[in-house]
Amino acid sequence: MIEVRRLVKAFGLKPVLRGLDLHLEPGEFVALLGPNGAGKTTLLRILTSLARPSLGEVRLAGHRLPGDAAAVRRILGVVSHQPLLYGDLTAEENLRFYARMYGVPQANRRIDEVLTIVGLDRRRRDRVREYSRGMQQRLAIGRAVLHDPQILLFDEPHTGLDQEASAMLDGVLKQVAGEGRTVLMTSHDLLRATDLASRIDILSGGVIARSISRAQAEWGDLPSLYRAVAMPPERHRG
Amino acid sequence: MAEAAILRQSGATAFGRAVGAVVWKDLAAELRSRELVGGMLVFALLVILIFNFALELDVRTRSAITAGVLWVTFAFAGTIGLNRSMAVEKDRGCLDGLLLAPVDRAAIYFGKVLANLAFLGIVVAVVLPVYSVLYNVNLFVPGLLGVIVLGSIGYVAVGTLLAAMAVQARTRDVLLPILLFPVVLPALIPAVRASTGILQGLPLEEVAIWIRLLIVYDVVFLVVAWWVFDYVVEE
Repeated sequence: MIEVRRLVKAFGLKPVLRGLDLHLEPGEFVALLGPNGAGKTTLLRILTSLARPSLGEVRLAGHRLPGDAAAVRRILGVVSHQPLLYGDLTAEENLRFYARMYGVPQANRRIDEVLTIVGLDRRRRDRVREYSRGMQQRLAIGRAVLHDPQILLFDEPHTGLDQEASAMLDGVLKQVAGEGRTVLMTSHDLLRATDLASRIDILSGGVIARSISRAQAEWGDLPSLYRAVAMPPERHRG
Repeated sequence: MAEAAILRQSGATAFGRAVGAVVWKDLAAELRSRELVGGMLVFALLVILIFNFALELDVRTRSAITAGVLWVTFAFAGTIGLNRSMAVEKDRGCLDGLLLAPVDRAAIYFGKVLANLAFLGIVVAVVLPVYSVLYNVNLFVPGLLGVIVLGSIGYVAVGTLLAAMAVQARTRDVLLPILLFPVVLPALIPAVRASTGILQGLPLEEVAIWIRLLIVYDVVFLVVAWWVFDYVVEE
């Protein structure tokens, strides 16, 4: 579903991704972990067609980027640490706006469904700026799944949430991911990632340094494995 | 053939729907917050008030400078609106949300242009009667209103494009006027000349050249913006 080969992305002379390979099967939930500056957000921005790769091949559901960007955007739902919502509009108005942008058929019915999924049906007529951070993130997920995308990309969706809001968000994430969608989520939170994902990829040095699936024995020892791969000894000392 | 025609039609429908959605969203958000038009209006009224006290004018001089004062007011107040209109998109990451939609990005541009024109239109609708009372000049001349519409289209067409460019920078508040005024000058000069001519009662043939220039400017910059908007907003 997601196929990335020898992806290179450089900003000026500084390479961030150095020949990265990534493969996600349909319906797979993969968490991408890595330290700050490892290139997680850069990779996601390339997959969303918001940034162009310097080199390499990127395909989503067979559509090649950046050439087929419009086709890719149609099958993609994105949640980032910013909610991508308008504070002066109500939840319902925000969803109605995005429904028009995506050409969602039977928009009213779909908006009702989505607001129920994310548990905001009773607050649908409140302005988004009056929502807590956790509620905004839940609505952001609603916005991302409104057009029923095949692929979901989450860029550190738990950023800025307290434990309770994070747990509630996890419930919504599991529900929307459990509908057969392919999910790639970047995170700093190893525990959360292991709870949600079926595979953990560790991004370090601009490539996927390790890939561990739930079936592998190392799954149980992910914290020390992550430290060893993502934070080599010289960085520990620093 | 029929398939291609259907595809073209559905593309046009999606484009129109997206333009309408962006306009609706901007107007609905502004109706709630009134931040953008409020700021533009206060600034515009202050500018004409300052001009009123700074220039003690006799009737003849008044008709000669009216067009200049009006266009300076619209241009300065417009900059506040253009900056704010794009800053709203950037601040909460909404620009990414717009760019992720599977629509021609030119639809986003035209939606923003129409919304910005509506905001500037409100400012014009308030400034003209206030100016008329303060300076005792009748500004409700059909020709003048036509020139204001043409000048505003050119100003907003360029301004929206440059605001989308400037919003990526940390110094966007300073950057937009620096980028905008040199580029918009070829629209402001004919707008001021045509407005002055109409207010002084010159025959249409004498101001027609300025009006034609305005039309050319509007068409050229709307087409250029249509082509380049996608590149301007891309990272």
